[in-house]
Amino acid sequence: LLFSRQGKLRLQKWFTPLTDREKKKVIRDMMMLVLARPPRSCNFLQWRDLKIVYKRYASLYFCAGLEDKDNELLALEVLHRYVELLDKYFGNVCELDIIFNFEKAYFILDEFLMGGEILETSKLAVGVSMEEADTLQETMEEYMSKPAY
Amino acid sequence: MPAVSKGDGMRGLAVFISDIRNCKSKEAEIKRINKELANIRSKFKGDKALDGYSKKKYVCKLLFIFLLGHDIDFGHMEAVNLLSSNKYTEKQIGYLFISVLVNSNSELIRLINNAIKNDLSSRNPTFMCLALHCIANVGSREMAEAFASEIPRILVAGDTMDSVKQSAALCLLRLYKTSPDLVLMGEWTSRVVHLLNDQHMGVVTAAISLITCLSQKNPDEFKTCVSLAVSRLSRIVSSASTDLQDYTYYFVPAPWLSCKLLRLLQCYPPPEDGAVKGRLVECLETILNKAQEPPKSKKVQHSNAKNAILFEAISLIIHYDSEPNLLVRACNQLGQFLQHRETNLRYLALESMCTLASSEFSHEAVKTHIETVINALKTERDVSVRQRAADLLYAMCDRSNAKQIVAEMLSYLETADYSIREEMVLKVAILAEKYAVDYSWYVDTILNLIRIAGDYVSEEVWYRVIQIVINRDDVQGYAAKTVFEALQAPACHENMVKVGGYILGEFGNLIAGDPRSSPLVQFNLLHSKFHLCSVPTRALLLSAYIKFINLFPETKATIQEVLRCDSQIRNSDVELQQRAVEYLKLSSIASTDVLATVLEEMPPFPERESSILAKLKKKKGPGAVSVTELDDSKREAGELNGGADRGPDTAAMAASNASTPSPSADLLGIRSAAPVGAAQTNAGSLLVDVFSDSGPAAPSAAVNDDGFLSSAPPSEDPAPPLSEADELLNKFVCKNNGVLFENQLLQIGIKSEYRQNLGRMYLFYGNKTSVQFASFSTTVSCPGELQAQLNVQSKPVEPLVEGGAQIQQVLNIECITDFCDAPLLNIKFRYGGALQNLTLKLPVTINKFFQPTEMSSSDFFQRWKQLSQPQQEAQKIFKANHSMDTEVLKAKLLGLGTALLDNIDPNPENYVCAGVIQTKGQQIGCLLRLEPNAQAQMYRLTLRCSKDTVSKRLCELLAQQF
Repeated sequence: LLFSRQGKLRLQKWFTPLTDREKKKVIRDMMMLVLARPPRSCNFLQWRDLKIVYKRYASLYFCAGLEDKDNELLALEVLHRYVELLDKYFGNVCELDIIFNFEKAYFILDEFLMGGEILETSKLAVGVSMEEADTLQETMEEYMSKPAY
Repeated sequence: MPAVSKGDGMRGLAVFISDIRNCKSKEAEIKRINKELANIRSKFKGDKALDGYSKKKYVCKLLFIFLLGHDIDFGHMEAVNLLSSNKYTEKQIGYLFISVLVNSNSELIRLINNAIKNDLSSRNPTFMCLALHCIANVGSREMAEAFASEIPRILVAGDTMDSVKQSAALCLLRLYKTSPDLVLMGEWTSRVVHLLNDQHMGVVTAAISLITCLSQKNPDEFKTCVSLAVSRLSRIVSSASTDLQDYTYYFVPAPWLSCKLLRLLQCYPPPEDGAVKGRLVECLETILNKAQEPPKSKKVQHSNAKNAILFEAISLIIHYDSEPNLLVRACNQLGQFLQHRETNLRYLALESMCTLASSEFSHEAVKTHIETVINALKTERDVSVRQRAADLLYAMCDRSNAKQIVAEMLSYLETADYSIREEMVLKVAILAEKYAVDYSWYVDTILNLIRIAGDYVSEEVWYRVIQIVINRDDVQGYAAKTVFEALQAPACHENMVKVGGYILGEFGNLIAGDPRSSPLVQFNLLHSKFHLCSVPTRALLLSAYIKFINLFPETKATIQEVLRCDSQIRNSDVELQQRAVEYLKLSSIASTDVLATVLEEMPPFPERESSILAKLKKKKGPGAVSVTELDDSKREAGELNGGADRGPDTAAMAASNASTPSPSADLLGIRSAAPVGAAQTNAGSLLVDVFSDSGPAAPSAAVNDDGFLSSAPPSEDPAPPLSEADELLNKFVCKNNGVLFENQLLQIGIKSEYRQNLGRMYLFYGNKTSVQFASFSTTVSCPGELQAQLNVQSKPVEPLVEGGAQIQQVLNIECITDFCDAPLLNIKFRYGGALQNLTLKLPVTINKFFQPTEMSSSDFFQRWKQLSQPQQEAQKIFKANHSMDTEVLKAKLLGLGTALLDNIDPNPENYVCAGVIQTKGQQIGCLLRLEPNAQAQMYRLTLRCSKDTVSKRLCELLAQQF
């Protein structure tokens, strides 16, 4: 699912069932944590029992929660690969693309994180090896724009 | 406008989105949305059949509106219609809408499932994939039931396209995670394992996730995957970076797959077959070697991917813990990362080293990096990295370096971030205790700890230091001297005052010989802090004073003077007032012999696992919320206090009339009983002072019931139920006998037995005082609806209860139909002229009328299915409040009255129970499933009963029990 509110949350996807209230709380905590980080600090944090991996691309923060055993560096590359895919699809992706084509961003994520290449993405010759990574784990991805946007 | 380069943009949607974005205010936005909603509604309701495109457009708009945070209550039907469209994009939007907005509307689910079924059998790979995605995104139980048997077939069928196989594998994994009982691999196992050999790397990548998860649950069945995984891994590792075409990521061959393979291998012990093992070790060495090679690209992605594999390989090496060479090599390579430019690498290196430190082979190697780590703790800019450094120091600590590490951590504490201070404090406390060679060092360390970070020193820490001091004679004098000195600082933390008060109260005599710390000096020093402290600390200090009177008779006059002054004896806080009054009385009435007995030095504590350690574990545990922590610490305090179990057997209860050292009894007995009789009680109460959390809550509540100090208005009407009545009720859900209630005057014990829909309950009322209770009467009432649901008959009791005597009352109970509330028991009597009025809930709960039912696995699942209406099921996910120990859980479930069924749930961690509730009119079958998650400290409880109200009630009751 994808939220687009006041230039805040742009897209979110949950791989574990949570109630809406929990989700909202997670999102709030996440934003507070991530946005408060000084630049050039490391991309990983511990939050409750999750490992948070985030990365900033231009005005957007991409962020994912991993379980204890998952590999952080690789998750970072999952985020990067997703950005590459968006980039390829939209041709130099920008925040507006994601706002206006939320459904597409969502489909790409689906393709990417569920395996299988269909229609559009197959033309992009996506390395299929990327597909799954953490699908199944507790992973959520959010795009957050900087408040200044 | 955005540059939509591909696909068919929906102009209407784009216009709508830009409209919304142009809205200046929230109101304008809502207005625009409402307009659009009305428009869509009229379009959907209109006579004209909409074409696919407009349907898609409107559904998409609805979706957007929903995602903005507004409720959508229509359009589901249209979305389902889209599913059966032949156009890809329309189908896609339909599925997206369903994935986002699906609810358990049963009618709709059937339609959706039908559409999915059609797509799955369509043999059109893209449609199949969409359907699989939808199943995986929703992942509900209904979907699992409908498709769990279908998907494995798709997965292993020879003619399935690769892309579909990938989706099927991951989809199956998702279903397995939500409903493991429905996904039965059985016959598919070996074919799934052989997917590891698939030509298509994508398929392997997807399949390996599934296999990893399955092998965690059933390691034996999937054993064969080990050798396959090793050979696959070695092929990848040895391949040149260009061999794998698309699967090479920034010159690293298939990093995701490699990591997954290494992860899979971590589910198993090292391979037994020598050849396989040799090959694996070779792989691991190659990975370590490759990490040392100069990078093939300057891009950060290249090094990230490469290092990801390295870290995963290291975790495998740590997991095997049998290859000293590899372990030491791993450690050295991590050591290089400790000073790497990249913050991420430093962070991860510290993290992995933590686990390396626990291996005997590499512990020494890790220790060589101590200077670097300490340096990191001091200079690292990022909190989370510093946190890891502190963790590592904790992990690498042993007897040889404890002093250095503890000193470093202490000095770091002064500047540490607030967020990690508490944890640091706990760690320092544990290390200091664990590696203390001489205990004076330990005492110094802890006192330093309190001085530096007093606010973060939790109760457990200072309880522990006191325990240790009391148990070790050799350190007592030193401790007394040190706290005395520490207290001389002009500003010292309240925790320091607590420790000081306690230790001087016990061992002040050991330093009294020195004129600089004569008894009066000690007292004055303590008392100078008194006014700055909170109530619990003051209470503790008062106890210390009375101990002083015993230790140093010469201070008696001064202390009595202090106790007598208005600010003590008329203190507005009941607890303080009570103590002042009692101690004053005790010191003036009792002879020195009695005083000496009452105020004797505390006996040594039994050795037990440090409660600090438990606390740290809990902190590390998931989602440690502060509220529950508070509860926990209270409970722990209760345990420390000698584990005064509130539910002794009836036998013990009968004997308890005289002078039970009950933790809440405090000194009240002194008014009615002779001082000597009170002695034991008193000793108990001093124990409470330090080892209950000193909160005034329990004692003050008791005082209210007593009616002696408080002036609760006496009234003839039955009092409202006690605030803790529900809590008392909950204690009896899983047991039939015990103490229902106790205060200063009265103790009520219960013994009960149930057969079919009938029950008999014996109530024992014990008069704890030496004075007779007059006009003693009890009434049992069934409020409201309960009257028709439960029939309770009681015989009247005798109106006089002599001091120290106990009377019995029998209740006959009949369950007419299922019920939710509990009957009320009102007790009235006169004690010393004052009317006592008290209402409790009788622990009669619906589960008491359970008859256990044994059944086989197939019976169970058949019945489970039969009870599948949504109302019949009640489910709750909740946090564990008590120990998750298997035996404890089993005992509770048996106490519930159901039969505990083994070998039903495919997951042995789960508990399954069955029983029939007998009421006069009908029998209600109940099935229960409890799934503990030890890692998250959570439970999921599912109940299915033939009657919906019963499911709900049982679920509520049980959620309190675990």
